[in-house]
Amino acid sequence: MPESYIIDDRDQQLFLLNREALVCADVLKAEMKNIFAKCWIYVGHGSELKSPGDFVSRRVAGRPVIFCRDQKGEVRCLFNTCRHRGALVCAERSGNKRRFMCMYHGWIYGNDGALVRVPGDEAYPDSFDATKYGLRSPARFENYRDFWFMCLDPDVIGLHEYLGPATGYIDLVIDQSPSGRMEVIGGIQEYDVAANWKLMVENSVDDYHLPATHATWLNFMANSGVKITPPKDKNLLLPTHGKAVDLGHGHFTTDNINFRGRPVAAWIPLYGEEARPEMAEIRAELVERLGDARATRVADTNRNLVIFPNLVINDGSSVTIRTFYPAAADKMHVIAWAVGPVEESASARARRLDAFLTFYGPGGFATPDDVEALEMVQQGLANWQDDPWSEMSRGMAREDEQMNSDEHHLRTFWRQWAKLMEARP
Amino acid sequence: MSQTLPALTRADIEDFLFHEADLLDNWRLADWEKLLEPDATYLIPPNEAPDSDHRTTLFTIADDRERIRQRIIRILDPNCHAEFPHSRLRRIIGNVRILSTEADLVHIQANFACWRYRRNERIREYIGQYRFILRRTPAGLRIRERRVILDAHELGSLGSVSFIL
Repeated sequence: MPESYIIDDRDQQLFLLNREALVCADVLKAEMKNIFAKCWIYVGHGSELKSPGDFVSRRVAGRPVIFCRDQKGEVRCLFNTCRHRGALVCAERSGNKRRFMCMYHGWIYGNDGALVRVPGDEAYPDSFDATKYGLRSPARFENYRDFWFMCLDPDVIGLHEYLGPATGYIDLVIDQSPSGRMEVIGGIQEYDVAANWKLMVENSVDDYHLPATHATWLNFMANSGVKITPPKDKNLLLPTHGKAVDLGHGHFTTDNINFRGRPVAAWIPLYGEEARPEMAEIRAELVERLGDARATRVADTNRNLVIFPNLVINDGSSVTIRTFYPAAADKMHVIAWAVGPVEESASARARRLDAFLTFYGPGGFATPDDVEALEMVQQGLANWQDDPWSEMSRGMAREDEQMNSDEHHLRTFWRQWAKLMEARP
Repeated sequence: MSQTLPALTRADIEDFLFHEADLLDNWRLADWEKLLEPDATYLIPPNEAPDSDHRTTLFTIADDRERIRQRIIRILDPNCHAEFPHSRLRRIIGNVRILSTEADLVHIQANFACWRYRRNERIREYIGQYRFILRRTPAGLRIRERRVILDAHELGSLGSVSFIL
């Protein structure tokens, strides 16, 4: 193990990452303790649970959980583990249930987690207290505007404080909705990538890779009549004045002037002429509700936001929430959702979903090449012992605003990661 | 028109599907494109909702004819990193059935297994069902809708669908 995984020399303007951080099983073990058991981790969005009894089961920070709405309408996160002998009590991915029954011995739990029935309970001693055997929950479970997170550490700071200025960027996404309510749209994209999970963090906000990795997507946009003019600032690789912002606690975002169309509300030829009037209406509603300046902020900027450690909210060609967790040092599982305003018309919703697929997802015109890039990195990293350092100093010499195609925001992530990893519990 | 057409047999459909599979497996996408009707669609619904509508549900792929054309341009471009060098594909098609015919349209389904080999990577097996709407034309059968349903609960280790499945 190196003394430090990063070399962060501000005098020499040098930032290096030790590649051991991306390949070693021992590092992953330490991450599970120092990061996934210490930070707020995204569980799900409240709109996935529309009615009392709705549930989804998924793994969060490696833990199987049931994310559900109980009969009283309260959102819950329950460990999907029978208190008796440990079996999963919910095998379905989603549905609606009042009760979760363990198929092994038949213990039954309410959707608030309470143990409601133990078959043959007369055989238990008097000291057996069923009220103490409800399904366990993570130490903390809080939401910011229906984005629900859990934390395994009872002593963690509150979610709102943890998110800090990142809440402002979540607000910008939610402002697309006239009623301030966004919903997760049906159709989950779940896929594995044979690469370390931290490479997905980098990739989600790294605008430097766009021209090389996504040449075919840029070509597709050009073929579709979307004008991509040469950059004016020689430091920029894309026709956008973009910046990268450190939001504290390891969170960060890119913040770009839009050039590639947005369902709310920047028309591009790809959407078709017939979409113009409705998009003008959507735009007018934004201006009416939010004023000119805020409407421009919502509709004319693209933002890729990372909530440390493993939540990405991309508000660009469409809105996507993406989370990913490590299955091994060289393998991650990705879950991605599309998100839209609850009151969106059928035609606007269809346009949003179509725009999503132009870029994102395992069949999109860009994501498969991102997956390829991450897997190529992981394969190349087999040489980590002989070539141990990754170079991440791009933009370090810049004293003013950090560009989106610099690596400032990536360094922000790695600094926080190294800080947590080097703290010995 | 349908009255004047001779009855269509399962063998006719099999011949068509086997021919299509051969074109796709061998990356002869320009020839494959000739099998598409001007209003053709290519759909891969999400694994957990195979019967859903792409206008209300997030699909893996929901291409109209123009998007298919762009997809072909993309995946034949050496800059399509996910498919360069091209993966080797081999599909086996069986259990072919004609579900219904209406006028010149034929609804068919078939099971498929498609193996994808790439460099030195693990083999990926895509197992599922084709549900196509074919149109009978003077030039032969043509594709109106091509819906590909994957059996896996999630894409998981299949990763991307970066070729024409």
